[in-house]
Amino acid sequence: MTDTPTTRTEVLRADEISRALTRIGFEIVEAQKGEDDFVILGIHNRGVPLARRIGESLRRTGATDREIDDFVGTLDITMFRDDLAQHPTRVPYSTDLPPSGIDGRTVVLVDDVLFSGRTIRAALDALSSLGRPRNVRLAVLVDRGHRDLPIRADFVGKNLPTSRREAVRVHLTETDGDDAVLLERPLTEEETR
Amino acid sequence: MKHLISIDDLTRQDAIDVLDTAEHMAQTQSRSIRKLPTLVGRTVVNLFFEDSTRTRISFEAAAKRLSADIINFSAKGSSLSKGESLKDTALTLDAMGADAIVVRSSSSGAAHLLANAGWIDKPIVNAGDGTHEHPTQALLDAYTLRRHLVEGPTGSDLAGKRVIIVGDILHSRVARSNVKLLSLLGASVTLVAPPALIPIGVQSWPCEVSYSLDAAIAEGADAVMMLRVQRERMVGGGFFPTEGEYSRRFGLSTDRADRLPDHAVVLHPGPMNRGFEIASDVADGPRSVIVEQVNNGVSVRMSVLYHVLAAHTEEAS
Repeated sequence: MTDTPTTRTEVLRADEISRALTRIGFEIVEAQKGEDDFVILGIHNRGVPLARRIGESLRRTGATDREIDDFVGTLDITMFRDDLAQHPTRVPYSTDLPPSGIDGRTVVLVDDVLFSGRTIRAALDALSSLGRPRNVRLAVLVDRGHRDLPIRADFVGKNLPTSRREAVRVHLTETDGDDAVLLERPLTEEETR
Repeated sequence: MKHLISIDDLTRQDAIDVLDTAEHMAQTQSRSIRKLPTLVGRTVVNLFFEDSTRTRISFEAAAKRLSADIINFSAKGSSLSKGESLKDTALTLDAMGADAIVVRSSSSGAAHLLANAGWIDKPIVNAGDGTHEHPTQALLDAYTLRRHLVEGPTGSDLAGKRVIIVGDILHSRVARSNVKLLSLLGASVTLVAPPALIPIGVQSWPCEVSYSLDAAIAEGADAVMMLRVQRERMVGGGFFPTEGEYSRRFGLSTDRADRLPDHAVVLHPGPMNRGFEIASDVADGPRSVIVEQVNNGVSVRMSVLYHVLAAHTEEAS
């Protein structure tokens, strides 16, 4: 066997993910105190479908009557990462902002897992090269702790205490074929025996 | 991608990745803040043994927009004019902490030598070596063609497109790189030139050869690429009878340009000899994408610098 043996626990099921996103949507609207001019930007990869789902749930529940492409966009942070040298280069994804832009608006960044905070640091830098939002909020499906930077999320689907040895895997239908959040832990030597 | 010496270094997917990345770079260049922090703290050396305006400036702009530091090093006014060898220059640049070297030389194979002789272990980008190759020019040409000829360009190649390359094929590194890259991307290429300006061994290239521009245009084309007649390399002469005859038979006149299909575009890698290989009206006309090529050159070179530099600095240092 080449891989270290691991155990997998499902921490969020498909219906729980869906409920968490709907709740995040409501919290965003609530925090806006009635102003319907916010922009939701999904960070590539898995933040993109999550942002879209939040946007769709807001439309479904009548919280906004704007078209989805008028307030949901995508953000690529490849060129802003500080750890480019540690990974093979990849083709950057596209950044698509709603036609209104982000100047003077509230921008809600959406990502799947909040861990070190470095992705969000890069996303904030990417944002500042695109314009000047009035304020920036952060929504994540899972906050697993272990921050390297002073960054926190405003809207959290699930707080998941983890150890650094564990890995959090988010599966989404759009990117992975199914909806689930899994926690992987390498087995200790005793457990393997 | 460690170096970019020749189009042969690239697979079809590598080439498409470079073009797609360039697409992304172009998108960032329309913003109010055009600088990206990607290569901050890295040093790129422009090592130019041969005169060049647009290629050197293009690489310089590309490196600066990615926040890299750039050192320009040209043969004139440096120790190179005192007879310093390529090897000693390379050792010097390595000692000064260059992270990547962009090299242009009148000697075919200079970039290859720099990359493989063991003098310096840094990414090398070929910015034109003698009559061998000029890969970033071919990439920017392919990028320009893809933007004009392919719907939804991202991720696609140039399958089924017909490109005519006209002029001084013999001395043209641009033609060599373009024949390789365009055929790698699925386009069919026809070279048109007087027999004396067709290189020996062209039979083994993945392209057609014709001695008549009119005949090639009559078969239809999606793009015509005019090459500069490189008189500085034509020592001794005898390549064609007179300039007037060359211009009449192989120049892109208004009349010839009018016979192209409506969607066809005209390219020229520059510098142009207006009125000789290309009529001024065509160069400035609606089909011409010559100025756009220069603009695309910056995006493509940003993409190349990103691909050779972003991943490799750590292991090199």
